Amino acid sequence: MLHAIVEPGFFQSSSVQLGALIGGIVAVVAAGVGVFTVLRGQSFAGEALGDLGAAGGSSAYLIGIAPLWGFFLVSLAAAGAMELIGIQRARGRDLATGIVLGAGFGLAALFLYLGTIDTSTTGATVTILFGSIFSLSSSILPLVLVLGGLALGTIALVYRPLLLSSVSPDLAAARGIPVRLVGVLYLASMSVAVALSAVTIGAILSTALLVGPAATALLLTARPGRAIAIAAAIGVATTWLGLLLAYDSYYWPHRGWPVSFFVVTLVLIVYLIARFARARR
Amino acid sequence: MFSGFMVNAWLVATVVAIVGGAVGFFVVLRGSAFVAHAVPNGSFAGAAAANLIGVSTLIGLGVFSLGGALGIGLLGRRGRHDVATALMLVFMLGLGALFLGFSVEYAPQIYSLLFGEVLGISNNQLAPTFALAGACLIAICLLYRPLLLSSVLPDVGRIRGIAPFAVELGFLALVALATTMTVPVVGTALIFSLMVGPPAAARSFTARPGVAVALSIAIAVIVVWAAIALSYQTNWPVGFFVGAGSAVVYALGRGWSFAVLRNR
Amino acid sequence: MSDALVVEGATVRFGNRAVLDDVSFTVSAGEFTGLIGSNGAGKTTLFRAILGLQQLSAGEVRVAGGSVGYVPQKFLLDPDMPLRGRDLVGLGLDGHKLGLPLGRPGRRVLVDEMLDAVDARAFADGRVGLLSGGEQQRILIAHALISRPQLLLLDEPLANLDLRSAQGVVSLLARIAREREIAVLISAHEMNPLLPAIDRVVYLADGRAASGTADEVIRSSVLSELYGHHVDVLRVHGRVIVVAGTGLDEHPPPSAESEPVEIV
Repeated sequence: MLHAIVEPGFFQSSSVQLGALIGGIVAVVAAGVGVFTVLRGQSFAGEALGDLGAAGGSSAYLIGIAPLWGFFLVSLAAAGAMELIGIQRARGRDLATGIVLGAGFGLAALFLYLGTIDTSTTGATVTILFGSIFSLSSSILPLVLVLGGLALGTIALVYRPLLLSSVSPDLAAARGIPVRLVGVLYLASMSVAVALSAVTIGAILSTALLVGPAATALLLTARPGRAIAIAAAIGVATTWLGLLLAYDSYYWPHRGWPVSFFVVTLVLIVYLIARFARARR
Repeated sequence: MFSGFMVNAWLVATVVAIVGGAVGFFVVLRGSAFVAHAVPNGSFAGAAAANLIGVSTLIGLGVFSLGGALGIGLLGRRGRHDVATALMLVFMLGLGALFLGFSVEYAPQIYSLLFGEVLGISNNQLAPTFALAGACLIAICLLYRPLLLSSVLPDVGRIRGIAPFAVELGFLALVALATTMTVPVVGTALIFSLMVGPPAAARSFTARPGVAVALSIAIAVIVVWAAIALSYQTNWPVGFFVGAGSAVVYALGRGWSFAVLRNR
Repeated sequence: MSDALVVEGATVRFGNRAVLDDVSFTVSAGEFTGLIGSNGAGKTTLFRAILGLQQLSAGEVRVAGGSVGYVPQKFLLDPDMPLRGRDLVGLGLDGHKLGLPLGRPGRRVLVDEMLDAVDARAFADGRVGLLSGGEQQRILIAHALISRPQLLLLDEPLANLDLRSAQGVVSLLARIAREREIAVLISAHEMNPLLPAIDRVVYLADGRAASGTADEVIRSSVLSELYGHHVDVLRVHGRVIVVAGTGLDEHPPPSAESEPVEIV
């Protein structure tokens, strides 16, 4: 019966094991950061950082640096730019995000042009955009743990001020919390979380892991600590199930459907189920 | 710079800028920058699907941009709107990844989907582009007042018989229409910049709504013309100049607001 | 005088709870009526029922022909929004119409007349988002008035105003009701700013209502019956304070005063 669901060799494959491990870590980090992303209504910023980081990753690849660094540095710079020109009101913030994103895409176009227009680099771009969870090298594991720890550690450090300023910025400011500083630290953590999930399911789709499980969790509970735990569980489950389905799909027509497709679709389905259940109540 | 294939580029780019500036006025008014990014980007899955099953790209774009836009509207009706937009976007991108995986020869065309080939527009692309642009502009002219009222005072509009949800869906459909006509020629990144930068700048310079729409269109056209001219001279991509240009006009607008506020 | 608004036995039940319980009152043309009640008493539900946004479980709401002018409690007017006060008022005239505003010749005159009626001419040409709360409210009142409604509804207009602005709005509304023969109904949780100017009171407590003149309604006996436990109504230098009893009595004691206690 297990054989019907799990194709042979799944549990033994080392690339699957590594993918599951890194994917699991990334899902947990994304959950911790993502709950605040949803509370603050900053899904656009998360998405934009993912897109811009992809440009950074592609450029880094072109000049021979590991894409993760290029991703990380560019998304940090972009986060800084958004924060610098941004305004505290949500609408103004989204507009600033949009401007930075548009300019960033323009720069990406320039770099791709200056680099070279060669089909092999387009292939690399696809990999960075959509992820390569089955072809990760174990040397990346320490980096993932360090960066993941950094992101979660920052969130843990500013947990209470972050929570208050996310839910009520005016109240937080009145209490003497440096709302802007907390916002910058939060954006930095988000850059890291986005960079990490980009490694596993690709830059553009990293938003799914950041926002989907967290939004689902917040539909089920109002307590942020519990929401983080639920989001982490959903993130890990959908990542592992996505891995399984992608592995199985090597035997389906069109050989080998992308993991990113499965994970994103599962995340959306889980969210829709939670929405539906809530509407029924 | 003004002969041969370049004529097409100037024509199409101008039309795209007009539509982008006009639709963009409402994008900025309604605080829908994310939607303006999500619908074009998500629609690329439609292009990939169309390529896969052998229908025209325009149909694929149209179906996916409209579907995505309506999905955002329905999902975002209750609860968090930014989450709905994000999830619809990544779902469509996931589908795009799937379709790309199915077809072997499509990968190089990602670049042109993102950034367009405005300098390589063929004559038979002109007619559908102009027709769709016309439809878009007529829709805006018709819906201008209810759209404005409902965007500013949704509760009051409701009393006057303008249902806010209907307006939201109509607005999303408008963005989808603008997307469908512009993505094949200028790519997703460019139309997004035009729908955000020029309108944001325009509203810093004037408080009158009609003037703001006209200014938004004018600024978008200027940005695009400058981009084409500069791209022609330097061979750098048009998308770069549009992105940079949008950022520059936005900065100018912010600077102006700041100066005016200071001198009150 | 004709009745602009008739509410008869209006009842709204959510599950077992009656948010509105057999509420009846009328507002005639030219009457300025205050709907008083603390938060949670049912004011919002009643307004929504009058505006047609809430279905009644029982009873009826009849609004005399013509339109209803509505000024909502909350509105988000962005400081960057490209809309002047006079543009917003103009939208009250034709905001629901399709097509472009090609300018009726008398439009500007009408808008100016409305702006004068609410003393808003001085700040009507600036950005609406930069006005103070009280100024924005006057613009919204002008917006509601310009379509010549027979009934004007304002949802907690005094909630965020300082005392002087509140007094200004109240006298403005009284004048509008009288001079234009419009039925004006405003909701408030604090009745003192209203008492000098209103003709009638509808007092809402736990979904039940008592209506009449202020003297008829704001009395210990009436309010005690409404609340279901003893309350005292005190007048201090002409201002009214409603004081809840010990809460131990379910019914007012037999010797309760039927006149309000005066403290001079």
